[in-house]
Amino acid sequence: MYAFSYHSPKTVRQAATLLGKNPDAKVLAGGQTLLPTMKQRLASPSALVDLGKAEGMSGIEVKGRNVVIGAMTRHADVATSAIVGEAIPALAALAGGIGDPAVRNRGTIGGSIANNDPAADYPSAVLALGATIITNKRKIPADQFFQGMFSTALEEGEVIVKVSFPIPSKAAYEKFPNPASRYAMVGVFVAKKGSETRVAVTGAGSDGVFRSAECEAALKARFNPKSLDGVKVKASGLNSDIHASSEYRAHLIPVIAKRAVAKAMAK
Amino acid sequence: MSSTTGIGASVLRKEDIRFITGKGQYTDDVNRQGQAHAYFLRSPHAHATIKKLDISAAKKAPGVLDVLTGDDLAHDKVGGLICGWMIHNKDGSPMKAGAHPALAQGKVRYVGDHVAVIIAETYSQAKDAAEKIVVDYGVLPAVVDMNTASKGPAIHDVASDNVVYDWHLGDKAATEAAFKNAKHVTKIDLVNNRLIPNAMEPRAAVGDYDAGTEVFTLYTTSQNPHVARLVLSAFIGIAPEHKLRVIAPDVGGGFGSKIFIYAEETVCVWASKRVGRPVKWTADRTEAFLSDAHGRDHITHAELALDDKGKILAFRVKTKANLGAYLSTFSSCVPTYLYAPLLSGQYDIPAIYVEVEGIYTTTAPVDAYRGAGRPEATFVVERVMEVAARELGMDPATFRRKNFVKSFPHQTPVIMCYDTGNYTASLDLALEMADYKNFGKRKKESAKNGKLRGIGFSAYIEACGIAPSAAVGSLGAGVGLWESAEVRVNPVGTVEVLTGSHSHGQGHETTFAQLVSDRLGIDINSVAIVHGDTDKVQFGMGTYGSRSGSVGMSAISKALDKVIAKGKKVASYALEASEKDIEFKDGRFSVAGTDKSLAFGEVALQAYIAHKFTGAELEPGLKEGAFYDPTNFTFPSGVHICEVEIDPDTGVTSIEKWTAVDDFGNVINPMIVEGQVHGGIAQGIGQALMEGAHYDKDGQLVTASYMDYTMPRADNLPSFQIGMTNTPCTTNPLGLKGCGEAGAIASPPAVINAITDAIGHENIAMPATPQAVWMAIQASGSKIAAE
Ligand SMILES: Cc1cc2nc3c(=O)[nH]c(=O)nc-3n(C[C@H](O)[C@H](O)[C@H](O)COP(=O)(O)OP(=O)(O)OC[C@H]3O[C@@H](n4cnc5c(N)ncnc54)[C@H](O)[C@@H]3O)c2cc1C
Repeated sequence: MYAFSYHSPKTVRQAATLLGKNPDAKVLAGGQTLLPTMKQRLASPSALVDLGKAEGMSGIEVKGRNVVIGAMTRHADVATSAIVGEAIPALAALAGGIGDPAVRNRGTIGGSIANNDPAADYPSAVLALGATIITNKRKIPADQFFQGMFSTALEEGEVIVKVSFPIPSKAAYEKFPNPASRYAMVGVFVAKKGSETRVAVTGAGSDGVFRSAECEAALKARFNPKSLDGVKVKASGLNSDIHASSEYRAHLIPVIAKRAVAKAMAK
Repeated sequence: MSSTTGIGASVLRKEDIRFITGKGQYTDDVNRQGQAHAYFLRSPHAHATIKKLDISAAKKAPGVLDVLTGDDLAHDKVGGLICGWMIHNKDGSPMKAGAHPALAQGKVRYVGDHVAVIIAETYSQAKDAAEKIVVDYGVLPAVVDMNTASKGPAIHDVASDNVVYDWHLGDKAATEAAFKNAKHVTKIDLVNNRLIPNAMEPRAAVGDYDAGTEVFTLYTTSQNPHVARLVLSAFIGIAPEHKLRVIAPDVGGGFGSKIFIYAEETVCVWASKRVGRPVKWTADRTEAFLSDAHGRDHITHAELALDDKGKILAFRVKTKANLGAYLSTFSSCVPTYLYAPLLSGQYDIPAIYVEVEGIYTTTAPVDAYRGAGRPEATFVVERVMEVAARELGMDPATFRRKNFVKSFPHQTPVIMCYDTGNYTASLDLALEMADYKNFGKRKKESAKNGKLRGIGFSAYIEACGIAPSAAVGSLGAGVGLWESAEVRVNPVGTVEVLTGSHSHGQGHETTFAQLVSDRLGIDINSVAIVHGDTDKVQFGMGTYGSRSGSVGMSAISKALDKVIAKGKKVASYALEASEKDIEFKDGRFSVAGTDKSLAFGEVALQAYIAHKFTGAELEPGLKEGAFYDPTNFTFPSGVHICEVEIDPDTGVTSIEKWTAVDDFGNVINPMIVEGQVHGGIAQGIGQALMEGAHYDKDGQLVTASYMDYTMPRADNLPSFQIGMTNTPCTTNPLGLKGCGEAGAIASPPAVINAITDAIGHENIAMPATPQAVWMAIQASGSKIAAE
């Protein structure tokens, strides 16, 4: 790790000011991604702006027909939240399946979404549920937020403050973990709200999280696992690595989607 | 004494309180006054010449005390790292061992090879300074694939075709003759995947030179500190033995990877004199992946000749073994003498012929890893046995039973003479525990749920406590493989046992104390086990190859015999009786046929106060030492049965049932033995399903972190069913065979045999990851067997 200066603002506004003053400063949330990268000397921000003490950035509430989660809310809190468990149990289950207890007790939803790791779990929920990302500057719909791996619509100095998830009628997340890292190798979040069904896939796309047109089309007529029988997903545009070829990932997407739909219907 | 702490009792581990409350003292916990920190600049290339190495800017960087390179080693006449076992080629010529300098001298040969060391006030400063070193590399093609390694370029000048040795064992003519008469020949091609050891504690070293006494002290993560001192003194030339102390304090797991003498500890101890300050280095996890000696990595073709009744006539095996870029300390013997002599398995095979080529590649050195050669042999034998049974249409258990060695001692055609065993007994027990007769029902049940179920056997043998010294010497070993012990009885009857064995997870502080408690009839808490310091223990060979029980404890047993004999002498004076009338039992010396007796502690006191005898009659004190050199290996054996269920949609294999029946001879502490079995099976399942070091074509290690290297985790494993049979070893005083490696040796073929049974063909390599299994199912178009 290289030397850096450390700031602990009390408000989001102060955080934004600090970020404005230090162009290569970085926001520090749970540090579960940022700190290891800095220790490996792959990132060398001159300053860290720690959101840990900024007011109003964590907590979970229901607002109208939405569950609103503060950006600094830790995975463990989402996993065990009675509100989330009641309104969107699939989201609580997803959070409970991220990493290990130490990671869940530090890592945050804002950090995960801002980071947009192509194998992270949360982006699939954000995209499938059609969430809105609320920053210190604006509201960004999920469909516009994720812009390829490790890249998002966030601008310099823009900070995620909250994420607002519309409550679906049915939803589930099924994760096929990478055997080594246990990040998603293929993670599928399915959500049905009214007549709309959205299927978001993480871990598989070489450009990060995406919606599976093939699966969504198949589920449109009938939200049922059987609807996915025979659905083929193209391997082009999918990741290939030592753990899974793009063909294997393509094969897994409908298989895992089917399991997610079955899970959503069982609830 | 009391059956709750003696031999055979599941005594809770005495050392665990220390470990689980964070009171262990590991090498990284050692901090010496004025200590500086070392950082190693490592090669980013698999194969390159060093055209220019400019350290001038780094030397001037803040906090830097010195930057040392291969030139400085040469200047100080520090020798290279050694390989301690000479292997001879088929034609009798010696193997080709390239030089192995602790810091590169003109060339780097794998990613992670040591280019220079920076010693600074802090670790961060050393790391910062490393970025200021300018290296001009002349990049050469990497040599990664064993099959094409001979096409070069040469990694070492001495081995132009990158072949270290071309070795063989067995009777070629007899084997070929037997194949001519065979009714059936089973052929198989196998890869034994390369593993990275991953001890929980990474390697570390602190070198500390005392200019006043001219003594070097090296604290290091070693499984055998005396061997380290011997090598550092006699071969590398750091200092004569009496001026070099090696301490291996608490060590957090080794699995073989901490047997070897590496560049880093050599450099730390040497540099401590150069810079006049203690020098510390602790590997980070990436360094561990890159530079700990890896394990396994064989390619094998094997053929088994059978008669028309399923009786084995002969076995021939051809193996290429990847030895990496340099020959690590014991690397040369692992795919030769620790491998080929095990290829007879539990079977009566009249003729065996084995050929092994050791290959240099531009990858990390490969050396002993839990089992060392024996898992590789067992994988070959037990895969070919399973395949042969299938080809012959015989039940795999029946086929094995038919070919078991049934009378002992049994001389195999490949060196080993098995002293004892009862292979049928462990097979029978395993079949019963695994409920083998109802497997068909379970398979049908799985098929109903759309799953493929398979069952696989592994009837393994291993050779532990590698010995005798004279024999291993004749096979090329540079050392003897005995063990030493010293039993020091204090005047009040408490006991310290100094042992040359080294505990790094095995629980010696408990099991060795159980032996002493049992034999001397004293409280287990009155016994301390001292190990891991060359200033305390005079000499020893360390711990590996499941040798601490059969060899280390035998030495203690021998020393205890001497203590008791001396105690009888002391008691005869104190009790005024003839020595031959003194009996020792349950911790008391008594005069036969009388009620006169003294407790062990009272006799100890008599020995030290020496009031009842003169110095001419008897030496005061009660302290005895022993060296124990076994007359043979020990041969643990057993049968493991694995039952898997495969999800054909994803290729995920789930281990549903694991039965392990092991014959370790006598057992000191069943709980610790079971723990060893559990850990070993977990590692073997890791090898079979998950682990695998992967170098890309440029020689970059793709699996250099836990993001890509898959370790087995608790939720990958079933609850193991463990059974034991007992045919005590006949060649050591305690009847112990050793249990440390059995699980890792037995389990990989059991898993693969179960998977191949489930998918209906033999074509799958380790690790059988979900992707690999899914692809194997696609290739065969396996239908769910619903018979
Ligand atoms: C061992 C391990 C296992 C893991 N397993 C999984 C897994 O299975 N699935 C999974 O999804 N993830 C996994 N993770 C990642 C984990 O979920 C991280 O917590 C997450 O990716 C980042 O969140 P963080 O709060 O730690 O963010 P940090 O590491 O602090 O920050 C990450 C990035 O986001 C930026 N950032 C943080 N907060 C904000 C904000 N409010 N606004 C704008 N930018 C912000 C930071 O500047 C930084 O660039 C794992 C991590 C580890 C260490």
